[in-house]
Amino acid sequence: MAWYGLTEWSGLIAPFRFPSPAEAWNSLKIITFKGYGDGLLYQHVLQSVLLVTLGFLVSSSLGILLGILMGTNKRIEAFVNPIFLTLRPVPPLAWIPLAIVWLGLGDAAKIMVIFIAAFIPAVINTYTGVRSIEVPQREAAAMLGVKQLRYYREVILPGALPMIFTGLRLSLQASWTTLVAAELIGATFGLGSVLHQAAQDIYPGMILVGMFTVALCGWLMTLILAKAERWAMPWKPV
Amino acid sequence: MKINHILGRGEWWFYTLVGLLCFFGFWYGVVAANVTPRQFLPTPHEVLLTFIKLLHEPFSGYTLLTHIVSSFKRFLYGFLLAVAIGIPLGLLMALSKWADRIITPFFESIRFVAPIAWIPFAALWFGTGIGGPILIIFMGAFPPVLINTYRGALYVDPKYIEAAQMLGSGKVRLMSQVLLPAAIPSIVAGLRISTGTGWQAMVGAELIVASSGVGYMMVNGQSNIRTDIVMSGMIAIGLVGLVIDILLRQAEKFSTRYQEI
Repeated sequence: MAWYGLTEWSGLIAPFRFPSPAEAWNSLKIITFKGYGDGLLYQHVLQSVLLVTLGFLVSSSLGILLGILMGTNKRIEAFVNPIFLTLRPVPPLAWIPLAIVWLGLGDAAKIMVIFIAAFIPAVINTYTGVRSIEVPQREAAAMLGVKQLRYYREVILPGALPMIFTGLRLSLQASWTTLVAAELIGATFGLGSVLHQAAQDIYPGMILVGMFTVALCGWLMTLILAKAERWAMPWKPV
Repeated sequence: MKINHILGRGEWWFYTLVGLLCFFGFWYGVVAANVTPRQFLPTPHEVLLTFIKLLHEPFSGYTLLTHIVSSFKRFLYGFLLAVAIGIPLGLLMALSKWADRIITPFFESIRFVAPIAWIPFAALWFGTGIGGPILIIFMGAFPPVLINTYRGALYVDPKYIEAAQMLGSGKVRLMSQVLLPAAIPSIVAGLRISTGTGWQAMVGAELIVASSGVGYMMVNGQSNIRTDIVMSGMIAIGLVGLVIDILLRQAEKFSTRYQEI
């Protein structure tokens, strides 16, 4: 209501600064049915969401694997740690220019930045999760003669799972943000490029629609991850 | 099966060194194998040389140091703004159910918008001026400050609040002298998160709407296909981010010093 009053009735906020509800609604209709920025809304959404899902899944599974290796094997930890410590402080967004120089404006550059964004939180949290398993628990497993694969599957993985999911949530957020940024900087398709196009055209209604869609997709993906978390850890109280 | 395999100090350093050597060796190897043009992948020492050169030779308007300072200033404005609004608002929300009910839906709907997605509006409202990046940094840094202040203040032991009320302190005094000090550890933890998210948002903002700063320099390096400059920018951003994080970590330790009794 405050939004409506400020924009439509009083004209307190000029329409080219912030859109009125009617204008935003119009923009939504335009992009859904006629298309904007070389595509319909669902095509842009599909492009962005698929890229993120793909990058996120590949990267976080590798990240979890490396995290478990680092957590269980001191040699690997010592080997990887310095590389990791040098790369970690660089925010994923800072990789975007490098990705564009190396791989151009296509999907490959996006996948590279998503990979980097999702990889680091996955590794760190998995590692922390594995380290947080108490020594007696590991010792008991060893004493009971639990062998390699079963040891990982039944002791290490369940023990580290809560932290792994914390990491996955961070990974997902980071990859989504990074993808939108990468598309804003250089892309021909996807939600970020819709935002970019709308900013170029000074089209506040479309900017708002773009932002809303970005938020909605991010929220839905987080929700799905939370569902997966409950499914993976049925023993955890809600 | 060995469970708690403990490495000796020497062994640890050995593997660490091997790791570093492999990393840089691989890097040099790729460059030496000439799979990519030099322009796309310079050697590590070339990057370092460029980094040093940028410190005194201007690129895209300023020297690297000036870029860093202008980035940092922006970051500081956005961050301080987030602190100045986030802390009082969080306390207010913890104290008054009404404020909580009014602000929460607003906040929740805004929180899910990635700070980067504000860039189009930032460009629309402020052009490439100082306001745009500050808005985006603010959007990145604000949520953790607010959430942690709110949670910290909400979980203050009610008996302190009751005691203060019984002793006749008003709302403002209750906020500033009871809730605030009790919530400090949680707030500082929030600040540390928010410097991370704010710094990250700043990089994004500078890549798109800015005419100075490290991000701007990197974009220029990118369009001139100067990988060494882009990498120098990454180093600079990483280093400054690291320093900020270390400072905040110290503050975190300092703020929880009473708790470990």
